[in-house]
Amino acid sequence: METEKDLNLEATELRLGLPGTSNESAKNTTHRSNKRALPEQPMSANIDTASKNCDQETAQHTKAQVVGWPPIRSYRKNCLQPKKSEAEMSGIYVKVSMDGAPYLRKIDLKVVKGYPELLKALEDMFKFKAGEYSEREGYNGSEFVPTYEDKDGDWMLVGDVPWEMFTSCCKKLRIMKGSEARGLGCVV
Amino acid sequence: MSEDDERQQCPPSDLEFVSNKARNCNATGSGSGHPELQSVYLDQVLENVLENVLHFLTSKRDRNAASLVCKSWYRVEALTRSELFIGNCYAVSPARATARFARVRALHLKGKPRFADFNLMPPDWGAHFNPWALAMAKAYPWLEKVNLKRMSVTDDDLATLAELFLGFKELVLVCCDGFGTSGLAIFVNKCRQLKVLDLIESEVSDDESDWISCFPEGESHLESLIFDCVECHINFEALERLVARSPLLKKLRLNRYVSIGQLYHLMIRAPQLTHLGTGSFSPSEIAGQGDQEPDYVNAFAACKSLVCLSGFREIIPDYLPAIYIVCANLTSLNFSYANITAEQLKPIISKCHKLQVFWVLDSICDEGLQAVAATCKELRELRVFPVDAREDSDGPVSEVGLQAISEGCRKLQSILYFCQRMTNTAVIAMSKNCPDLVVFRLCIMGRHRADHVTGEPMDDGFGAIVMNCKKLTRLAVSGLLTDKAFDYIGRHGKLVRTLSVAFSGDSDMALKYVLEGCPQLQKLEIRDSPFGDAALRSGLHHYYSMRFLWMSSCRLTRHGCQEIARAMPRLVVEVIRSADEEEMDDAVEILYMYRSLVGPRTDTPKFVTIL
Repeated sequence: METEKDLNLEATELRLGLPGTSNESAKNTTHRSNKRALPEQPMSANIDTASKNCDQETAQHTKAQVVGWPPIRSYRKNCLQPKKSEAEMSGIYVKVSMDGAPYLRKIDLKVVKGYPELLKALEDMFKFKAGEYSEREGYNGSEFVPTYEDKDGDWMLVGDVPWEMFTSCCKKLRIMKGSEARGLGCVV
Repeated sequence: MSEDDERQQCPPSDLEFVSNKARNCNATGSGSGHPELQSVYLDQVLENVLENVLHFLTSKRDRNAASLVCKSWYRVEALTRSELFIGNCYAVSPARATARFARVRALHLKGKPRFADFNLMPPDWGAHFNPWALAMAKAYPWLEKVNLKRMSVTDDDLATLAELFLGFKELVLVCCDGFGTSGLAIFVNKCRQLKVLDLIESEVSDDESDWISCFPEGESHLESLIFDCVECHINFEALERLVARSPLLKKLRLNRYVSIGQLYHLMIRAPQLTHLGTGSFSPSEIAGQGDQEPDYVNAFAACKSLVCLSGFREIIPDYLPAIYIVCANLTSLNFSYANITAEQLKPIISKCHKLQVFWVLDSICDEGLQAVAATCKELRELRVFPVDAREDSDGPVSEVGLQAISEGCRKLQSILYFCQRMTNTAVIAMSKNCPDLVVFRLCIMGRHRADHVTGEPMDDGFGAIVMNCKKLTRLAVSGLLTDKAFDYIGRHGKLVRTLSVAFSGDSDMALKYVLEGCPQLQKLEIRDSPFGDAALRSGLHHYYSMRFLWMSSCRLTRHGCQEIARAMPRLVVEVIRSADEEEMDDAVEILYMYRSLVGPRTDTPKFVTIL
């Protein structure tokens, strides 16, 4: 509407972040603002309140975090990924190797929702066919067989356990040559 | 290390020295032989006596002092120093160190500055162990112990240690990186006398090498095996066999890939353990449903010497009662990876009457800390880490917990406390209740956050700490702080050696107060504070007495730092950029400067400029 343009709403818009920055750089503001907050102004307690207020605003609204703050080593941060909150869970990336391939790939088990999608994704990634899975005979007859390493370090056939259990205990995937995997599908 | 540049190179061994002098005597005088020969022998006797006496001197500060007495003492001290500590690997070169000290058996080296831990500078900055390993191999083939902190160690270095030092016994790597399990495999295999392998908070890459299986067969000399930071699967059967053939093993810290069931098997084989890291402390996923649970209580009961417990990496709290039986003897308990509540903590902590060191997560809340205060009267060190390390997260611990601890744990010497809100009152209370405090590190996670009750800056709280805690040597400040806080530190923090500052202060005066007021200051690390070139200049009289100064995201300019570099030739002034930044800007992102006897290093990466 014309009246809105005339009112120049942008000028009076409530922004999140320090004055003079645009929305796109709001994320960066929290980081940069600490470098040279308000260089023209004289040093005084006023600056602290001003930047403090801005920080509170930005802290509340933008989730952007300052590099290296709070000072916790990343090892510790990573170890404490809270398992409890579902919303926080990032993808479950596992390495995928294939016998004979020069380098490994990674796949996100959260994105593929079940075994059929997983097998399709692996087949697309490495250009092979896994064949039909049966509980009794595994992937009998295929040239390549998908296997995984579980939390105990054992190599298991993909498909035996329920999908949820699989995603929680799968550490690594390996596409084995069918000739090596013979006998794997026969073991209960 | 304080060393006079003009001092000559060490002369060869005493005998050679004596015979040289004797030869000179005979050459110069015909009648004056006797008294001079006598004084030569007297010197020799004195030096022998000195050598024997100095053997008893172990503290590095005492040794440094002794070496300054006179040339004779300097020489003898250099001959008898067996433990060499170098706080900054770039302050001296391997060549100089090996030239001065002839008989070193233990080397302790520190590399990167601490703020590198928080990703404040790009990786690959330096601190390579390799040149040291090679120099030691030539100079000290009898080297037994190496302790490295924040150094870059490669697989080849590990191989060097194991292959070139036949009597090598102890390796401790703290916050190191650059090596992997294949390096470990070579190391443990070739190191036949190995007693201690401690990997603490180090980054170990997973080369898919089964290093545990590489320990040589037969009885091992292992006394300590710590690998809780190694983030890869290990061969449990091999570990079990290793523990079974290590009768001297006292310290064992497992990584999180060891389940509680596996822990049980290890514990019953090693009841002599004093330090135990419990691994995941949860059952493995594919535990048989119908299987009988082992008697964990029994396993812990058998470990009658257990004094230090840690681990609990993926804890299932249902299993905690198993440890009740050892609580009464515990002096150290590390729950800092265990997300447990106050209710889960109470039955344990109420039994820990002898506890001196306690690391925990803030998931226990103020209530949990109150329980600690009620029982742990011998507590010396407390660390409270946040479960959710973000500025705007909920804060389960606050001034209430701090106050409770100060009232209950009067013998407290060291505290590290992360919180979201704090008051001056609580900090002042701690300063009065805990006069033995040596280390006070308070991290209010919200930047520039004031006292949440009064709205005042936290100046008075930290002021009280430096005023009342007369033994304080290490201080880390946070929250809303004006120059006044630093004035207090400068006036009263006369013993402070390490100071960490972040997002604090109003002006250059703050830094001036500290640099002019704290004569013992050795390590100063500052980030995101409004200190500029003028402040930097005010420390010129002191920088040679410091190990290092780190300033990042402050208001320093290149020409300001250049001035310092020109004024102080023995200072290495490094300007560090973040990897993608341009060089042209006059503003300095990171300044890291340190005294050095050997001038600028030659292994600087692209993002480091030495002025």
